[in-house]
Amino acid sequence: MYVSITPKEREEMLAVIGVSSFDELVGQVPAKFLRPDIKFHQAHNEPELMARLEKLAADNKKLLCFAGGGAYDHFVPAAVRYLASKGEFVTAYTPYQAEASQGTLQAIYEYQSSICALLGMDVSNASVYDGATALVEAVGASMRLTGRKNVVVPQALHPHYLQALKTYYAADPDFKVTVVPCPNGLMNPAAYEAALKDAACAVLAVPNFYGCIENVHDLSAKAAKAGALVVAAVNPVSLGVLAAPGEYGADFAIAEGQPLGNPLHYGGPYLGIFACKKAHMRQIPGRICGITKDADGKRAFVLTLQAREQHIRREKAASNICSNEALCALTATIHLAMLGPEGLREAAELNVERAHVAAEKLAALPGFSLRFKQPFFNEFVLKCPGPAKKLRDAALQDAILAGIPLEGELSDCLLLCCTEQRTGKDIDLLCSVLRKHANVR
Amino acid sequence: MYKPEQCKYTKTHEWVFVEGGEAVVGISDHAQHEISDIVFVELPKPGAKVVQGKACAVVESVKAASDFFAPVSGEVTAGNDALVAEPSLANQSPHEKGWFFKLKVSNPAELSGLMDWNAYQEFLKTAPAH
Amino acid sequence: MSAENPLTPKQQLTIEKSAPGRRAARFDRAQKPASAYLPASCLRKSAPRLPELSEFDVVRHYSNLARLNFSLDTHFYPLGSCTMKYNPKCNEEAASMPGFASAHPQAPDSAVQGTLRFLYELESMLCALTGLDAFTLQPAAGAHGEFVGIMLARAYHLSRGDKGRTEIVVPDSAHGTNPASASMGGFSVVTVKSGADGRVHPEELRKYVGPKTAMVMLTIPNTAGLFEKDIEKISAIVHEAGALLYMDGANFNALIGLVRPADLGVDLMHLNLHKTFSTPHGGGGPGSGPVGVRKHLIPFLPSPRVALKDGKYSLEDAGPQSIGRVKSFAANTGVALKAFCYLLQHSAQSLREISESAIISANYLRVKLKAMFPSHFDTYCMHECVLSTVPEKLGGVKTMDVAKRLLDKGFYAPTVYFPLIVPEALMIEPTETESKAALDSFVQAMTEIYQEAQKDPELLKSAPHNLPVRRLDEVGAARTPNLRWN
Repeated sequence: MYVSITPKEREEMLAVIGVSSFDELVGQVPAKFLRPDIKFHQAHNEPELMARLEKLAADNKKLLCFAGGGAYDHFVPAAVRYLASKGEFVTAYTPYQAEASQGTLQAIYEYQSSICALLGMDVSNASVYDGATALVEAVGASMRLTGRKNVVVPQALHPHYLQALKTYYAADPDFKVTVVPCPNGLMNPAAYEAALKDAACAVLAVPNFYGCIENVHDLSAKAAKAGALVVAAVNPVSLGVLAAPGEYGADFAIAEGQPLGNPLHYGGPYLGIFACKKAHMRQIPGRICGITKDADGKRAFVLTLQAREQHIRREKAASNICSNEALCALTATIHLAMLGPEGLREAAELNVERAHVAAEKLAALPGFSLRFKQPFFNEFVLKCPGPAKKLRDAALQDAILAGIPLEGELSDCLLLCCTEQRTGKDIDLLCSVLRKHANVR
Repeated sequence: MYKPEQCKYTKTHEWVFVEGGEAVVGISDHAQHEISDIVFVELPKPGAKVVQGKACAVVESVKAASDFFAPVSGEVTAGNDALVAEPSLANQSPHEKGWFFKLKVSNPAELSGLMDWNAYQEFLKTAPAH
Repeated sequence: MSAENPLTPKQQLTIEKSAPGRRAARFDRAQKPASAYLPASCLRKSAPRLPELSEFDVVRHYSNLARLNFSLDTHFYPLGSCTMKYNPKCNEEAASMPGFASAHPQAPDSAVQGTLRFLYELESMLCALTGLDAFTLQPAAGAHGEFVGIMLARAYHLSRGDKGRTEIVVPDSAHGTNPASASMGGFSVVTVKSGADGRVHPEELRKYVGPKTAMVMLTIPNTAGLFEKDIEKISAIVHEAGALLYMDGANFNALIGLVRPADLGVDLMHLNLHKTFSTPHGGGGPGSGPVGVRKHLIPFLPSPRVALKDGKYSLEDAGPQSIGRVKSFAANTGVALKAFCYLLQHSAQSLREISESAIISANYLRVKLKAMFPSHFDTYCMHECVLSTVPEKLGGVKTMDVAKRLLDKGFYAPTVYFPLIVPEALMIEPTETESKAALDSFVQAMTEIYQEAQKDPELLKSAPHNLPVRRLDEVGAARTPNLRWN
C-alpha cells in the first residue's frame, strides 16, 4: 500500500543483490514457515477507510461530560493542536542525534521546566506512560532510597493506580501496601500515623479519587517525621490554585498529564508526569534533557544522565522505560505556554466555581446530598436516592454522562466532575435530568 | 597520594592502598583512561559492608556505566565526598584526589591474592583492550 | 535578561520571550476567587513561573522549533530497529475525529461501541498476523509489553505450582529493555553469547536453559538483522525445559504477512504499533506495545479485556488469574486506532509486500555499501543490515563521525554502536516506504563520506557543520546538569 518500490525496480534491486528470486534472499527462514495462509480482509482504499471510520465514530455516543475520575474534559486552544500536529514533531524519533533534533530537545527542556514550575519541584523527566505508571516509578524509587517496602496509600487513591502498583511489585515478597481508610473522604489521621511506621513512602492523592483535598502540610510533615518519603499524586490543572507539591515538601510529585491539552481518547495516549527533589535525581526513570554547549560554545540541548537507563545499564537499570509519551508532553508544554500563569489560574478558578455551583444545586435536589463535607477542586461525590449506576444509565437517554457510579458502600453515589467547559446552563440541565430519573431503581 | 607503586591491584582495575587495618580504594590510571570522561560516581555509605570481588560502587561516563568491585572485604568508614561532587577527579588524579572510599579490612589474607604494581603492569600488557 | 542574551529569537526559550501581562488563552472570570470556596491552607502561595506570551508568540516559537528537527516527513531516517516508515496522514485524521477523541474512558460500554469495536477488531487482526490466540492492547510501549510478558510467565509457572523458575534467558544481542524488564519483574537475567554468525546457537543455549528457566526472550529477526535459522531446535530446547518462548516483536516488519510467529513455536510476544504498524513516534512516544499469547496464557492477560457478546462490545475485568492492570484505563487507544486504519488498508497480499520490500531494500543497501563499510555478518539480512566503520582504514574516523557527517548531507543517522556485539556498528533500516531513488542518494552520501574520510578525516571528526548546532559537549551536560529554567 505504501511500498515505494515499483515491480521493475524490485527486479533491478534483486539483480544488484545477486539473487534470482526473493526466496533466495530469505533462505535463512525454513521454507515451511514462509507465506502462511493468513485470513485477512480486503484492503480498503482511503475513501472506503474514511467512510468506515466515520461510521464507527458515530457508534460512540456524543455526551455532555460530567465524568472525571482520572480523565478530564478541558478546553484546548486550537493553536495547541495545530502546533503539536506538525510533522516535524510528530514523525521524528527519540532525539538520539541531538544536532538534528534540537526542536524536540528544546521542547523537552521547556516541558521539564514548565512541569517543575507547576509542581514546585526541582527536576522532571521527559515523561512516562501515564499517571498510574508514574506512581509505580515513584514508589519504586522511594523503596530503593529508604530500603523499606511498606507503602502507605489512601483508600481514595485512584483504583487503577492501586491496581498497577500491585501488579508491578507482585514479585517482591516484602512489598506491602497499607490502605488508610477515608471514611469521611479524607485519610483517617490515627490510621495514617499508625501506617507510617517503617513506611518507604506515603502517597498523598490531592485531590483524591473522591475529589477531596487533604491537609497536605500536616500529612507531609508527619510522614517526614516517620522517615517516610512523600509522593504527591496531583491533578496538574488544580495547581492553578492548589498548593504545589514542592510547597509541602513532597519528595516525588507525579500526575496524570492528560488534562494539559490532551484529548480523552478513551484512556490514552496520556502523559505520566514525574518530578522529584534534586537529591533524588539519580532515581529518575527514563529520558532527561539538559542544556549544554556545542563546539562553538553555543547553547544547545541534549539527552543527558543516560547511564541510568536501560540501553546502558540493562538488567541493572532502575526502570525499563524506553519509548515515553513525548508528543503528549509537547502538547502539555504548548498548552501551558498558551495559558500562562494567569490563564492557568483563571481556568482553575472556573473549575472550582462551576463545581461548587453544581454541587450546591445538586445537593438541593430532593433525595440528593453531598456524601463528603471536605474541600474539593472540580470533583465531588453525590449521594443519590437510588442505585447510582441505574441513574447514570438513565441519564444517557438525555445525552448526559452523569459522572461515575461508585461501588461497594458507595454504590448509591456518583462521582461528578465539572470543568470550565460546563456552563451554568449545562449544570441546570444535569440537575433537571437527575431529578427526572431520581426514582429509577 | 596513594603511590601507584605501593598499591595492590585487581584484574578489574581497582587499586587498594593499605595502612595498618585501614585501606583506601580507587580505580587505576588505566581504568580511568578506558572509561574516559567520568561524569558520575556512586559510593557505598559509611557503615556498609563490602565483599571482595562484589560490585559496591558505580562509575559512569556518558555512554557507559561500570561496576566498581571491592578489592578487599571490609566495612566502609568514609566515602570521598569531593569525588562525588566532582567525578572528574577520578580522571585527573586517580591515585590522590580521586580515591573512592576507605574501609576497615576484615580479612587481610585477601590481599595476598591481588597483584602488586609490577604484576599489574605485566597484566595490562596481556589484558585485552576493552 | 533579553538585553544581554546573545541568542537569536529562534534559539530562545519561551521563558526568555516572556513579557509580564502578555496573554494568549483567556477564560471567563470566575465570580469569586478560589479562596471563597477553599480554605487558605489548600491554596498555592506563588504563581508558577510559566511563560507569558501571545498566541502568535507561541505559534511562531514552536513553528521555528519544528524546523530544527529532522523528521520522517522531511528526511530519510534509516534508524535501525526503529522501523521509521511513512506515517499515513489518513490515520492521523481518523484519530482526530471527535467521535473517537472525545470518548471518556469512564463512559459505559453502551456509549463507546465504536471504540470498543475497533479495539476488538484490531486484536483479531494481530491474532491473524501472528497466529497467536489472543492479544491485549494495554501496554503503552514495547518495553511495557515486555514487562507484561515477564509477569505472564511468572503467573503461568506459579499457577502450575512451579516455583523454582527464577531466571530469564536473553541473548547478548538483545535490546537493553529485555534484561531491564526481566529484572523489574523480579527475575535474574542469564545472558547467552551469540555465535560468530550473530545468531543464537542451540548447543550454547542448551547450557543455560533448564528447570530454573521461566522464559527465553528472542528478538526475531535479531538485532543483527538475521533470522534465527535454528528456531525449531531453539523452540524445542525451550519447551522441553518447560520454559516459555517470548518473541520481542520490535523487528516484525521483516515478517509481516510472511512468517507467523506462532508457527515458530512462540508462546507470547509483543508488537510495536509505532514501528511495524506505521503509527508515528512523536519524538519519543507515545507508542503501543500489544502482547499476544497462545491459549494456555490467556487467563493471565492483564485487566481489562475487550469482549464481544451478542453483538455488543464490552470492557471486562479479566479473571482471577490475571496479572492485573499495568496502566490506567484500556489502552493507548488513539495509537491503536492509527494501527487499525493502517491494517484496514491492507490485504494479506499487500502485507507481504511490506516485509518483502523492506528485506530487499536492506539487502540492496548492504550490497551497495559493504565494500566501504563492511557487512559484519556477510550474509543476506532481513529488514536491516549491520555495517561497521573501520577506523584504521579511514584515518581514524569512527562510526559516530560518519553518523554526524550524514546529518550534514541531509540524512538522519542509522542506529550507531548497537548491537553491542558488533564493533563500530551502523545499523541501517531503510523500510519499505523509501523509494529506490532515496536509497541511491543515501548510497551516494555514504560514498562521499567514505571518500572524505580518505582525504580529510578532520572534516568528519568535527562534523556536523551544516546544522543549527555543531557537535555537543555531552560530558559537560552530564557533569553539571541544567535540566530546567530557574
